[in-house]
Amino acid sequence: MPGHVLLRLAPEALGELAGGLPDGTALISATNGKTTTAAMLATIVGGDRAVCRNVGGANLVSGVASALVARPPDAAVGVLEVDEAALPAVARAVAPRVVALGNLFRDQLDRHGELEMVADRWRRMVDGLPAATTLVLGADDPVVDALGDGRDLVVRYGIDDPAVARPTRDDAADSTHCVRCGAPYAYRAVYLGHLGDYACPQGDHARGGLDFAARDVRMDGVAGTAFRLDAPDGAHELRLPLPGLYNVENALAAIATAHVLGVPVARAVERLGGFTAAFGRFERLQVDGREAVLLLFKNPTGANEALRAIAGDLADSRVVLALNDRIADGRDVSWIWDIDLEGALDAAAGVVCTGTRAADLAVRLRYADLVADRIDIRTPPEAAFDAAVRDAPPGGRVYVLATYTAMLDLHRVLAERGLTRSFWEEAR
Amino acid sequence: MTLRIVPLYPELLSIYADRGNVRVLEQRARWRGIPVEVSPLPLGADLDPAAADAILIGGGQDRDQALVAEALLAQTPALRSAIADGVPVLAVCGGYQLLGHGYVDQGGQRTPGSGLVDLETQAGPDRLIGNVLVEVDLDGHRERMVGFENHAGRTTLGSGVEPLGRVLAGAGNDGVSGHEGCRVGRVIGTYVHGPLLPKNPWLADLVLGWACERRGLDGALEPLDDRLESVAADAAAAIALAERR
Repeated sequence: MPGHVLLRLAPEALGELAGGLPDGTALISATNGKTTTAAMLATIVGGDRAVCRNVGGANLVSGVASALVARPPDAAVGVLEVDEAALPAVARAVAPRVVALGNLFRDQLDRHGELEMVADRWRRMVDGLPAATTLVLGADDPVVDALGDGRDLVVRYGIDDPAVARPTRDDAADSTHCVRCGAPYAYRAVYLGHLGDYACPQGDHARGGLDFAARDVRMDGVAGTAFRLDAPDGAHELRLPLPGLYNVENALAAIATAHVLGVPVARAVERLGGFTAAFGRFERLQVDGREAVLLLFKNPTGANEALRAIAGDLADSRVVLALNDRIADGRDVSWIWDIDLEGALDAAAGVVCTGTRAADLAVRLRYADLVADRIDIRTPPEAAFDAAVRDAPPGGRVYVLATYTAMLDLHRVLAERGLTRSFWEEAR
Repeated sequence: MTLRIVPLYPELLSIYADRGNVRVLEQRARWRGIPVEVSPLPLGADLDPAAADAILIGGGQDRDQALVAEALLAQTPALRSAIADGVPVLAVCGGYQLLGHGYVDQGGQRTPGSGLVDLETQAGPDRLIGNVLVEVDLDGHRERMVGFENHAGRTTLGSGVEPLGRVLAGAGNDGVSGHEGCRVGRVIGTYVHGPLLPKNPWLADLVLGWACERRGLDGALEPLDDRLESVAADAAAAIALAERR
């Protein structure tokens, strides 16, 4: 039975279905990284138990209901990725064992409303959680960190390595003023957007103590990232086959949440070592002797981080930027002007723009001083992809940064050619 | 002679990528060899009308509107003096509302505006969200303005205030009058972001030309190759017409 039908027939069914999972349910939400975090968590807890999870981005109330209905008969634990706006309704219905909250960035204002409205809904949601629910919080985000106020069961994670900090905050930074008094935070280190090690100059709020901290972070371009994980039971060395500080945040969230669900840290670290990318999150595939790397982008902070992760490996490469403006992408494409594109693609040998708003991207690149003869516009996305592959030298790379529906379109074509697993196949 | 572009309170007023408007003015000056610098006015600082050649006011989060309104109110005499000296002002969305006498929210609470333009804004029952296409008559010729709107406010113009343009697709000032934005001399207000200037280079050059004149430079700007902008504006206009609400 599809989830939305079930919900109409029996609104309390969600709680009853989730109650049937003996080890409880984990809800995962964030503006950026929730799909990867949920995939990591499912990989970790899936090592010894059957998992009920929603995949394929079905993260609204109906998608969660469908996942619970269609769960494996022996499922012991729920790993549910939940849309930021849908989270309060799901949390109310499910009585989760753990809620993992990563970050809040401005994202699709036409759909979600302003960041502060989402934050308010989350605050009320936390107030209504059972006392037995553990919160796993991304302490690097001030708004998320403060959600732990007044609660007993709180686990905080974050990055603690000023050597990988950004010299300054991005223009896209959002929550930069103290959640209590409104004064601008002083940052000891900025990691991504407004995420970092912050303190209110008036002493009203500072990042909480980290139960799970990433230290001594070593970035190795698109090949991956390694770091020392300081956990409650001691230090662990983690090698992650995914690039960028974002994925360090995601791994910390997944390991901390798995720990609450009873998985020892050492086992979680071992299982993450073999993690493969979720749909469009640094997926890598071979095409005609070139390597294609697929990256989803959907908001300025995520795009900035993706650009940073590939910055050192751009020489000789071709880049495809795909911008659609369908509902799932956000109808308003203004946000591309909040991406730090100035200088970001100068090392690439050429950039092809595609999607329903390809020309908006081309204009953006023009104002970032990318010379016009290196900007090409081609639609549909597979035509842009093919042109980039053809122009890349053998052994070279093609980076594809695409919004959600543009990535789906491209993925479908590549799957038809047998180049990648079908996203929908993976989802089943 | 350096052209000085002054965005007001960009840390609070750049929710819809308003920095794009600043970037476009800056680059279009630079590409023509006009020395230019961007000097943002931070919250709490005083505007020096003599040190601004173009003033930009963007949109912010609703919760910051009162904070911004209070700061802006204190700068109103300086803004008035700049406008009297021929400095163009481009105000978008929340900034547009702040040009007027005030904003009444859904709870009936009124936040006073700068009163620089005779207009008043009242929150409606829902937000007006979507692509916009507007036609603008400009000193004898007609231009097309495209972009995106997302606002709860319904803005009513005073009897002596001209709208910036006529809505062909989208809601505009209030969803009923067919009016979009306002124009009084060199003061322009609009709900259209996207951001506004990248796909409407004629408007960027209008503001830039005024800024040059104000600085004592030649306001007749040499044309640039805006083919990419035209393609982007064509696509945006087609989408706006196709989803006409």
